[in-house]
Amino acid sequence: MQTLNSYAPEIIRIVIAVVGATVLVFGNALVMGYMERKLAGHFQRRTGPMEVGFHGILQLVIDGIKLMSKQLVIPAKADKPLYMLAPIVSFGPVFLPLLVIPFSDRIQAFDLDVGLLFILAIAAINVLAILVAGWASNNKYSMFGAFRAVAQNVAYEIPMLLSLLAIVFMTNTFSLRGIVEAQNVWFIVLQPVAFLIYLVCMVAETNRAPFDLPEAESELTAGFLTEYGGMGFSLFMMAEYTNMFIVCSIATVFFLGGTSGIPLPYFEYTGIIWFLLKVYLLMFFLVWIRWTYPRTRFDQLMNLCWKYLLPFSLVNLLITAVVVKL
Amino acid sequence: MKAYFSELFTGAWSLILGLKVTLKALFSPVVTVQYPRQKIDVTPNYRGHIDLIKDPETGTHRCITCGMCMRDCPSDCIYLEGEKREGVKGKVLTLYTLDYTKCSHCGACVEVCPTQALEYCDDYEVAGFAREDFHYDLLKRVEERE
Amino acid sequence: MNVDVLEDERQHHFVLNMGPQHPSTHGVLRVLLKMEGEYVLEAQPVLGYVHRCHERIGEFKPAKSFMPNTARMDYLGALIYNQGYAMLLERAAGIEVPQRAEYIRVITSELNRIQSHLLWYGAYLLDLGAFTPIMYTFDDREHILDILEDVCGSRLTYCYSRVGGVCKDIDDKFIERTRTFIERLRGRFPMYEELVNGNVILQKRMKTVGHYTPEMCARYGVTGPLLRSTGVAYDLRKAEPYSVYPEFDFEVPLEQDGDAWAAFNVRYREIEQSLRIIEQALDKLPEGEVMASKVPKKLKLPQGDYNCSVEAPRGELSYYLVSDGSDIPYRIKVRTPSYSNLSVVPELCKGMLISDVVTSMGGLDLVIPEIDR
Repeated sequence: MQTLNSYAPEIIRIVIAVVGATVLVFGNALVMGYMERKLAGHFQRRTGPMEVGFHGILQLVIDGIKLMSKQLVIPAKADKPLYMLAPIVSFGPVFLPLLVIPFSDRIQAFDLDVGLLFILAIAAINVLAILVAGWASNNKYSMFGAFRAVAQNVAYEIPMLLSLLAIVFMTNTFSLRGIVEAQNVWFIVLQPVAFLIYLVCMVAETNRAPFDLPEAESELTAGFLTEYGGMGFSLFMMAEYTNMFIVCSIATVFFLGGTSGIPLPYFEYTGIIWFLLKVYLLMFFLVWIRWTYPRTRFDQLMNLCWKYLLPFSLVNLLITAVVVKL
Repeated sequence: MKAYFSELFTGAWSLILGLKVTLKALFSPVVTVQYPRQKIDVTPNYRGHIDLIKDPETGTHRCITCGMCMRDCPSDCIYLEGEKREGVKGKVLTLYTLDYTKCSHCGACVEVCPTQALEYCDDYEVAGFAREDFHYDLLKRVEERE
Repeated sequence: MNVDVLEDERQHHFVLNMGPQHPSTHGVLRVLLKMEGEYVLEAQPVLGYVHRCHERIGEFKPAKSFMPNTARMDYLGALIYNQGYAMLLERAAGIEVPQRAEYIRVITSELNRIQSHLLWYGAYLLDLGAFTPIMYTFDDREHILDILEDVCGSRLTYCYSRVGGVCKDIDDKFIERTRTFIERLRGRFPMYEELVNGNVILQKRMKTVGHYTPEMCARYGVTGPLLRSTGVAYDLRKAEPYSVYPEFDFEVPLEQDGDAWAAFNVRYREIEQSLRIIEQALDKLPEGEVMASKVPKKLKLPQGDYNCSVEAPRGELSYYLVSDGSDIPYRIKVRTPSYSNLSVVPELCKGMLISDVVTSMGGLDLVIPEIDR
């Protein structure tokens, strides 16, 4: 029987992991929010926030305080328990995938053997949260947004999984650490089609433009977020930013070699710098797409998935299977 | 079948061209000005509210109290009064108020004045807390002008 | 429209209110949409939220004093509305306008038309979800507004035309700035084509959305770029020329398909044609007065009816004035183009997806204050 003393290192490790995940979630929301607003400004030939702090660095902090201090208004006939539950269901599970991602050689909370399946399963909970939010708001616009979100998210999970499965065929393991270690050559070189398919699915899964119909501002006046203000809204937004971080980290792990890069001292720990650099490069790409393209129509979105992405990902999988077998 | 692939490639190429445009804009200078920390000069022809001109020779306004501006204004925002004083030919202006909340910036008053006594002011930062902030007393203003 | 949903046999129809406050009905327009799922069964616009009684105001002011009101009706085409009303009074009173004033009116009106189309372009794309082109078009628009501010004194609601000419002459600085602006805008067109017109997402969104036929346009009185997108070449500047338009060489852009993409292209190409008109007018600008010599201070119009039509950015604008001999008109009636353009919506939007309703209404280029006056 093991004594408490021998459990202690494990408990300390778990505590550090949870604290690290929390810091990452809130830190990412701050950095990403600021980056998005500044980049949006410069894409539109204007400056972004400039007033609060030096060139607006403290803007997100002040926004967080503002959102926390707002009155929580619940619509009269809304389903109150479900209405309060939806942001929590959206924001709660968002910490879990961060515990499985290999940030560097030594920084990883748990190395699950089925890491990829775990992450995809957790990412699917977001759909439930959106549906609950749309239903509980007692508003036709929110309902519209929720229906669209469900159809879109469920449809785009399939090409996402298939393109990642091609990588799994090559490396024979679902564990994220294993995939990082198996990349002598980055997989983006060996599987460019899978990377492109995954990029498109990434944008659709996180409900970002040009696929942001659930929160289509000019058609549906904010979709399922219409009735949420203050803290509920900020929880949804933080969940969205963290989802972006997670899908970008999966892309980095699977296609861009994880933490590989020019060696730095103490590389087991400082490899995280390369990892974060690659993740934020992909996030820049997401922001860039958002501010360039108009929104697709809903049936065109589904057409894109079923008629273009799915055949290509199936063919890619088949070719990979054949090549691996030989 | 051929249309499927050609549509895919032309579509993807058009998307990449669009990305190039926004990337170029990212590295271009901004075209906005951080108001109120920086301000742009307003052209002197801007039509703000009207002011009586202070004639440099006589040191006062040129209004002869004919009332043409009051009659011609489409929005009824000018009110003036004059009185006859002994020894002075014609009427003397005693009150000239402008209700700027009703002005439509048409310029009829400036154009119809026979002595060209009115001009536009280029004050564009007009914001106040009460309607009375914009009931201008032009006679007092012309005496305070230099 | 019967909005009682429970009386339907299939009980999953519902009424969605694209209400007076909506980001993409530009202005306070309310459209009642009876829907089944995402498809629209019936669309019914509800008007009157911006009614300001301009025509009634014209009945107790002298005719000359109505000029500021004309600018407020369509604030994006204010100089053209001013020009139309001034032409009406000149026609009624028999006053002749000097040539230089006509040229100046044409130059400023065409600049105003470009500015209106640029705003429509940016706002339409904002409805469709692209957030950057509106900033680029507003950047171009700022240049026009600065040029016009120097001459007309205002930036949006101008009061520049007078009975007998214009109120202020243009100088060399205006001419130079306008020429610089023409070069600049011509240089921006490739950028717009790459970012917007060639974009596959946008083309898919707009092609085959909405079906205008010439016969449908004739039934509702639709004019302007919408009519020209069905193949009918009716532009008042060519069909019933007024002012000095016969002296300029420009084309009327036409498309045949009659969908939102055709209307988009027609308006986009009209910007280039307006640039051509301005260039030719600047080259041919004569010297002279800008105001007619004998304009009575109290303009008494002879008894009778008078009419004047001009080509506004949205279609055909007509003024109709009934005078009883004094200087205050008996009745002024303004036929605004957006009112007739809007009446197509119930027939157009049957069976569309709600995203397509937004696309078609953006293509109609409505300005709600002009509908309600």
